[in-house]
Amino acid sequence: MNPFAAPTGDAEIEAGEAGAIRCSGAWTLATAARLESRLNTWAWPRAGELVIDTADITAMDTTGAWLLHRTAHQLEQAGCTVHLRGLRPPHDTLMQLIAGRVTALNPVAAPAGGWLAAMGRQSWHALRGLLGMLTFVGECANGLRLLLAHPRRIRWRHILYNLQTAGFEALPITGLLSFLMGIVIAYQGAEQLQRFGANIYVADLVGLTMVRELSPLLTAIIVAGRSGSAYTAQIGTMTVTEEVDALRTIGVGPFELLVLPKMLALMIALPLLTVYTDVTGVLGGMVMARAQLDVGFTTFIDRLDDAVSLRSYLIGVGKAPVFAVIIALVGCYQGFRVTGSADSVGRQTTVSVVQSIFLVIVIDALFSIIFSWLDL
Amino acid sequence: MPADDGDAVIAVRNLNTRFGGTVVHENVSLTVQRGEIFALVGASGCGKSTLLRETILLQQPVSGSIRVFGQEIIGLNDEQALPLRRRWGVMFERGALFSSLTVAENVGMVLQEHTHLSATLAAEVAALKIALTGLPADAGPKYPRELSGGMRKRAALARALALDPELLFLDEPTAGLDPLSASGIDDLVRSLRDALGLTIMMVTHDLDLLWRAANRVAVLGDGRILGSGTMTELAQSDVPQIREYFYGPRGRAAREQAWKQR
Repeated sequence: MNPFAAPTGDAEIEAGEAGAIRCSGAWTLATAARLESRLNTWAWPRAGELVIDTADITAMDTTGAWLLHRTAHQLEQAGCTVHLRGLRPPHDTLMQLIAGRVTALNPVAAPAGGWLAAMGRQSWHALRGLLGMLTFVGECANGLRLLLAHPRRIRWRHILYNLQTAGFEALPITGLLSFLMGIVIAYQGAEQLQRFGANIYVADLVGLTMVRELSPLLTAIIVAGRSGSAYTAQIGTMTVTEEVDALRTIGVGPFELLVLPKMLALMIALPLLTVYTDVTGVLGGMVMARAQLDVGFTTFIDRLDDAVSLRSYLIGVGKAPVFAVIIALVGCYQGFRVTGSADSVGRQTTVSVVQSIFLVIVIDALFSIIFSWLDL
Repeated sequence: MPADDGDAVIAVRNLNTRFGGTVVHENVSLTVQRGEIFALVGASGCGKSTLLRETILLQQPVSGSIRVFGQEIIGLNDEQALPLRRRWGVMFERGALFSSLTVAENVGMVLQEHTHLSATLAAEVAALKIALTGLPADAGPKYPRELSGGMRKRAALARALALDPELLFLDEPTAGLDPLSASGIDDLVRSLRDALGLTIMMVTHDLDLLWRAANRVAVLGDGRILGSGTMTELAQSDVPQIREYFYGPRGRAAREQAWKQR
């Protein structure tokens, strides 16, 4: 016989001799579901003396003991006097252990609230988030001011590391996507341009859209997804593991070490990435122009020279540092908002990516409006 | 070493573990009998926790045999391991409570996964487990981050006890607790063993806990078992590492305390 087999014998309650209730079998977690329904449907007396004969209970764990305790307790509340008879010594120990601890057993109800309260809570939460973001921007600006006042405290190693991870390592994916984007634009434009015999204007189409609008936006969105989320996850996890608090106690400002190097690195990396995606995007357009419109590389580049002014190019690249600041600030801020749980890290990372992409596109639209006012 | 492990809840035989070139265990063998409180001690980094992790199927050794409840566990897949996993409870050193669930939900979740109890009974059993570990009733609806370290540990113990396991693994049950809570854990561990017939295997550094609760202790060092036996036997050992372990300043104080209480 396997000494480790679970104790067998179904738990049972039945009417015993002289009005006693006879309990038998294994009162354990495995039989608890059945026992519970048996106990609930049993016709218990309303008053008087009641003997529960427990001598035939072969095994008992805390769940079984709890069921027995609960039953006896409910009967006593109803006005019966309950005698448990014949409990085996280990089961008796268990019952006493439970009775001793059970005083602390009153579940506290969760605070209730209607939809109005929920809406209020959410609005308050959103408002606090906004105020927090403002505070964060202020603290960052202050940190940057202090850092510029003491340039020796700039952490070049961290900046270089972030340049590598957010900039250099993003080269393949941003290059590829922008190349494909160039191809798509040229391909879509080709059909229209061919209809007017204006094949050469494909250089204007690809050049302007890529350089002025698409490549800064595309790069910023990819970097927000790649690096912004990483910033939130890193700082969030550090908050959970109290590493941020440890930094504070050591006397190293978390802004100085965690936020500013990322922001500065991204402000360098994103314009450079934008220049690079300008090139790959136009390259994609060029390949497509030759394949579909018979516009050779030399012709294309000659035309590009006239089509894209230096101003358009600078406007495109000039947007990148602004996007960089947004991505770094939102990513780091959401990281600091993480509160103590793995769940929270995931939630804030999602918020971070959504918010930074949203803000990048909104700011890009604002730029368009401002530039058209200024006739740029 | 007895050849027949008939009543052994855990039987480890000739266990070898290596991480890369580092030898962690070399021919380690030990036996945990039913109903016993077995403690594994040793200096930090000697492979105690690795041995524990191998016994609870979180890690695979290079070679050897580990039998739990008479069943070989090395090489079991998750499906085969499930019946075993339901029969043991594990309390991790840092609690490992699910941070997105409240304490009551942490305990209740285990019950919901593995039993068909009604929601009311499951909630009551969860509350009972929480009360058993000495947590106040208002700890149930709290999230782990709102608890102190010691309370988190108790909550982790409550979760380990959720399914009324026959075998309980405790990784550093008293580390990070104040002396009062720690002695509460000693008493709790012993009363659970007495009431439920639990077998307990623990990894600990707490000499007080060893003197007060452990029936048998094995000292791990240099990748092998340096000695095992009751605390009184080990205290008379002449293996230098064991002497160092038990006769350091703290060891002496704990031993004197234990003698006084007898």
